[in-house]
Amino acid sequence: MATIEARDLVKQFGTVTAVDGVNLLSKDGEFLVLLGPSGCGKTTLLRMIAGLETPTSGKILINDSDMTGLPPRARNIAMVFQSYALYPHMTVFNNIAFPLRPLGTKKSQIKKKVEWSAGMFGIDHLLLRKPRELSGGERQRVALARAMVREPSLFLLDEPLSNLDAKLRTSAREELKQLQKRIGITALYVTHDQVEAMGLGERIVVMNDGRVRQIGTPAEVYRKPADTFVATFLGSPPMNLIEKEDMLVGFRPESFLPLEVSSKDYEQVPFEFEVTWLEDLGSDRLVYGNVGIQSPHRHVIAKLSRNITIPIEAGKTYSFAVLKNEISFFDRQTGCRIDKEIPLCE
Amino acid sequence: MTMSKTLHSGAYRHVWDNERLLSSLMIAPAILYIAVLIGFPLVLAILYSLSSATTGDPSISFVGLRNFIAVIQDPVFQKSLKNTFIFTVVSQMLVIVLSNILARALLQEFKGKRIVRFLILLPWTAPIALGTIGWMWMLDSIFSPIDWVLRYAGLLGAPDAVLGTNPNLYWLGVPGLAMSSIIIVHTWRMLPLATVILLGGLTAIPKEILDAAEVDGAGFWRRLFQITLPLLLPIMSIAVLFGVVFTFTDIAVVYILTQGGPFHSTQVLASWAFFKGIESGDLAQGAAIALFLFPVMAAAAALILRSVRRREVT
Repeated sequence: MATIEARDLVKQFGTVTAVDGVNLLSKDGEFLVLLGPSGCGKTTLLRMIAGLETPTSGKILINDSDMTGLPPRARNIAMVFQSYALYPHMTVFNNIAFPLRPLGTKKSQIKKKVEWSAGMFGIDHLLLRKPRELSGGERQRVALARAMVREPSLFLLDEPLSNLDAKLRTSAREELKQLQKRIGITALYVTHDQVEAMGLGERIVVMNDGRVRQIGTPAEVYRKPADTFVATFLGSPPMNLIEKEDMLVGFRPESFLPLEVSSKDYEQVPFEFEVTWLEDLGSDRLVYGNVGIQSPHRHVIAKLSRNITIPIEAGKTYSFAVLKNEISFFDRQTGCRIDKEIPLCE
Repeated sequence: MTMSKTLHSGAYRHVWDNERLLSSLMIAPAILYIAVLIGFPLVLAILYSLSSATTGDPSISFVGLRNFIAVIQDPVFQKSLKNTFIFTVVSQMLVIVLSNILARALLQEFKGKRIVRFLILLPWTAPIALGTIGWMWMLDSIFSPIDWVLRYAGLLGAPDAVLGTNPNLYWLGVPGLAMSSIIIVHTWRMLPLATVILLGGLTAIPKEILDAAEVDGAGFWRRLFQITLPLLLPIMSIAVLFGVVFTFTDIAVVYILTQGGPFHSTQVLASWAFFKGIESGDLAQGAAIALFLFPVMAAAAALILRSVRRREVT
């Protein structure tokens, strides 16, 4: 159990600033997800916390003690890498036992712990195999078992599911979450996949260009994005943004519904919607078109679930509406949310 | 099926579309090269070693294994055989240790890295005869700059000097020192290639594996001996195989520096075969000496290559 804190953390590679003044504080036993596009600095941030990169400036604290200059082995952390980074020349047993050996653990104790850890992930029958004789899912379990065997205080995961196929990824996500809950360990999880982030994270740290754009629960970052980056990075299709005076008005495609099915219990904001194109995705219908306002930014997408059966055709105009409480407003110049509740964006 | 049939039996089928013919054509130059430049001399050497041929009379009349028996009983041959093993084993051990250090150093970023890399490669790119002649001067019995430095440092030539009261060490004139000299020069010469091979191997180790070991708490030595070296082993075996074969069969350093002397103390099989077969004209015994290690070398090569295949990592 541990808390992890980053204070004004900066990492520069030559003239490139990979991480630009990140502040972060996890709660004890929290599952924190770092989410952002490729190259946003999330992996660099994780590597600094692991001790694999030295910060240019700033501090890293684990359990309130300064770890900034210390090597990885002094931090009692475990890390699962994207490629799993199993030692190819060692058996599964030796892979899992590896973190115990520098600690001077006794042989009998090593055997016990390896069996315990392997048992937790259901790989006890694979202990004598080499990594190359394992499937992708099995390798991932070995990597997890190796990370867990030392009972670390902090668990770092760098896109550990990205090498699994889609079906396996869903079940692995569920297992990972269950495991973290059961052990109650603090976990920091890096991903660029928003579905993974929303599904796994107790809180999500959304990053872009080396900076933290928003920290919040999945519901918060989805419903109340701190700026237009978060608004358009999360959600598929992304949030619609249309111009109104000096503001950008944002609403989710699934909140943009035909007037007749829009909830009457809340205040509605109606739009004339000129449909240009339709896509049927099976579970949803995506309706592309323009809303009837005087602005160059008036292209929006509506996402209608299967159970909305109202016929819609391209080339026609319909009455659509959004509930007022589902609308976000952003400053047109800065892109920041106009809402005093979320102070992160400056 | 029908379509491919029409394509294959079509009138426009080109000779290059025939994979079997094409592959044979492409491998032919290599086979020809090996057959003419390696196969033919090898067969000739085997024939000579079983005959009584001399440079004056190269006609082949078979004498069975008589040459081999004579050669084995020759004390100079026995000494050469021992020297060959010492020369090869010590120089290869030095090469492996030094090339590991050098390759690791060259993996780091530092100022002047390109110049250092160029300098390290220089012994391999310079003609061996030139390099060795340079060393001959370095090891000269009177003008050796190494001796000069030692004298200057007070280690040599003074009444109470550690290395003796003589003004020179006579590198190539004293048996032990002569052997050390040819080992040093040969190591100097073989080092660049081994370094480059290991550098390639080191860069091929995924960085995440080394990072994982670091996070798993392994310090420098544990990472070196339990992760890096085992992962480097297949490529290191190739470097060793190459080095061993090359050293066993090399003559240049010994020939230029010591001619096998003093008192055959640096004589190796390759140089002894040359002196016996070409300089003394006994083609048959020269061939027998040269061929002596052929089965051993072939077996060693096969063994190392097999173990490399088995150790291959995914």
